[in-house]
Amino acid sequence: MSLFKAVTTKPWERKGVIGGLKPEGAFNASPERVALWFFLVVASVVFSLFTISYYIRMELPDWQPLSEPAQLWFNTGLLVISSALFQWARNIVVSGRQRNLMTAFIGGGVFAILFIVGQLVTWGNLQSGGYYLTANPANAFYYLLTGLHAVHLLGGLWVWSKSSIRLTSGAKARDVRLSIELCTLYWHFLLIVWLVLFAVLSNT
Amino acid sequence: MAYVPLADQDKDIEMHHPHSWVGKYVWSQDHKVIAIQYGSIAVITGIVGLTLSLLFRMQLGFPESVDFIDPNFYYQAVTMHGMIMVVYFLTALFLGGFGNYLIPLMCGARDMVFPFLNMLSVWTFLLSVIILMSSFFVSGGPTGAGWTLYPPQTAMEGTPGHDMGIVLMLISLAVFIVATTMGGLNYAVTVLQYRCRGLTMMRLPLSVWGIFVATVLALFAFPALLVAAIMMLFDTLLGTSFFMPAVIEAGTPLDHNGGSPLLYQHLFWFFGHPEVYIVALPAFGLVSDVLSTHARKNIFGYRMMVWAIIAIGGLSFIVWAHHMYVSGMHPYFGFFFATTTLIIAVPTALKVYNWVLTLWEGDIRLNAPMYFAIGFIFTFIHGGLTGLFLGNVVIDLPLSDTYFVVAHFHMVMGVSPILVLFAAIYHWFPLMSGKMYHEGLAKLHFWLTFLGAYAIYLPMHYLGFLGVPRRYYALGETDFIPASAQDLNATITIAALIVGLSQILFFINVFWTLRNGKQAEKNPWGSASLEWQTPDLPPKHGNWGSELPTVYRWAYDYSVPGAHQDFIPQNTPESEEPTVDEEHFDPDQDKSKADT
Repeated sequence: MSLFKAVTTKPWERKGVIGGLKPEGAFNASPERVALWFFLVVASVVFSLFTISYYIRMELPDWQPLSEPAQLWFNTGLLVISSALFQWARNIVVSGRQRNLMTAFIGGGVFAILFIVGQLVTWGNLQSGGYYLTANPANAFYYLLTGLHAVHLLGGLWVWSKSSIRLTSGAKARDVRLSIELCTLYWHFLLIVWLVLFAVLSNT
Repeated sequence: MAYVPLADQDKDIEMHHPHSWVGKYVWSQDHKVIAIQYGSIAVITGIVGLTLSLLFRMQLGFPESVDFIDPNFYYQAVTMHGMIMVVYFLTALFLGGFGNYLIPLMCGARDMVFPFLNMLSVWTFLLSVIILMSSFFVSGGPTGAGWTLYPPQTAMEGTPGHDMGIVLMLISLAVFIVATTMGGLNYAVTVLQYRCRGLTMMRLPLSVWGIFVATVLALFAFPALLVAAIMMLFDTLLGTSFFMPAVIEAGTPLDHNGGSPLLYQHLFWFFGHPEVYIVALPAFGLVSDVLSTHARKNIFGYRMMVWAIIAIGGLSFIVWAHHMYVSGMHPYFGFFFATTTLIIAVPTALKVYNWVLTLWEGDIRLNAPMYFAIGFIFTFIHGGLTGLFLGNVVIDLPLSDTYFVVAHFHMVMGVSPILVLFAAIYHWFPLMSGKMYHEGLAKLHFWLTFLGAYAIYLPMHYLGFLGVPRRYYALGETDFIPASAQDLNATITIAALIVGLSQILFFINVFWTLRNGKQAEKNPWGSASLEWQTPDLPPKHGNWGSELPTVYRWAYDYSVPGAHQDFIPQNTPESEEPTVDEEHFDPDQDKSKADT
């Protein structure tokens, strides 16, 4: 409604400072958070288009479904723990405490690294089982989608490592609060993306 | 953490003023310097694109008159011309150049919201251009697959640059998309969150609206190209078969099997069509401001203009398959896309009417930016009308892949945006440089470009009707194309050479003005929008001196009845509004005062 109201105002009729002395900002959020939301939409478009391509390519006759290794369930568990630890860190930092913050935040990142290692191990197992990238489009999509997801996680880990260094060198909770909140949001997003990808890969 | 609005944080923000030359002009985080860096890289790349077009026009007009233009070079030149002009020139110049320069100034901000990311964006853009240009120097040269890079021919031996050329093109595109995303996040968040006091979204100049919606389109459309580029890189380098079907190349079957070239086309055009509006929407915005300022009238139908920009942006995502009518699609599918394509003409036509109505009874100042802006209305109407032909499936089928299509898209997204670019460059040149360009030279530049563009593209429509196919190195003997078509081709080439060379006038004007031009007075056009109200001309680092401006009105208070000036700047409070006593107000006298 407010958006509708905004675009239907007649700017030539009203003069003066609209909204009193409060500066304009479309969202009541920091610019970093707004930028991250935009980025999440961009990343969603990327993953959606890959998924649509997956379904279109699947219809063609040379497609041989890949039975996903059971290890993916274990890897999924690692990513869920990682996301949960980030949420824990976020809750600590929002309530203004400091205790356990380092454990939760750094632990979250470590579990994400373990997830990536787990994905690499799965890749290795598939390779040794003869499921090469070029053998079938289903294999190619598997490597492509899991790889792309891991690359997004690595991007998050870069930000995580910078904040971790700040935390370990004695930064206060309030100094890294925004960073921790945004990391948490990003991790939850990547967990959802992974769950969707996992569901798509397992059911086809 | 409680959110503190940005303009309230202003007093706490410490601007890091660079002291060294390198800090100021090379590793600069100032949006104005970055805008000029973006613009310069785009223009230099554009000159390469223009030169390539003149070379392949030589082949078309005077076949085999230039020694080194063989079929391979011809296809490489056509491909690189297309890709450079659409992506590396127009997109980069509108968003990276004008977006960077105007958004913070028009929003009353000190800079972009993430200056470091902004700097990273321009250097990543430069990297993408270097990768693209390096393909001229690798074995096999750049790709010659046509700017759409359709598989499987991109990777086939008969296509020039099928090995390294295409790989470098795809990598360069991926890097460009990273640069655009970094820039795009900045532009979008700055417009949403960094506006100064009193500046509501509906008080923004249409330039900002155009650039903002185009940025959102770029953020959501470029991923489709990225996805297509990644999968094609896999096909080319790693031997997968996402797009590559089973093909036999020179008698030998390739390792690919079962891929879908059509899937690539869908992905490419899901990016490709919004791309047209990524270029067009900023042009729509900029031209609206130029027309309004130089007609001394508020833009006609401001709200409709904003809605039209948003509507066109939204619709641009559901028209992509009109580029693929000949791909053998289901008739209902074609019907759907023809309908959406024709619907997009409604908001577009609305904008054209509003531009014309802005001019209606305006106090028009016919200076160089206005020449280019009015020229744009002509070329855009012509390009738009031929779009109505091609949007219909039954008319598109015979015209597909003829010069009619080439004429259409050059008029609508080549010539039209470029005329706006020149209008905008001349209009904001005094702001950017502090100097006033040479008016006579600029007008000569306009007439040569405008009339020359018609001399090039009007005959091309006719060639298209004759059935002359595009993309051919040489026509050879055909029954249905009369020999006189070649004369027309020669004429087009001569016109193209004249237009190409006349752009030198523009560069002479810019460089001569920068060295010897007279100092521009402050706000030389009497513009009401915020970017001209900075304390310094050109604006210094931080834009606004000690205090950010406050906005009290929209950006189009021109020729307000009762005001003693024919414009009231956005940051003029009502109490200081320069009015005359209404009882003694004489509009004619008032007008003559404004003229002097």
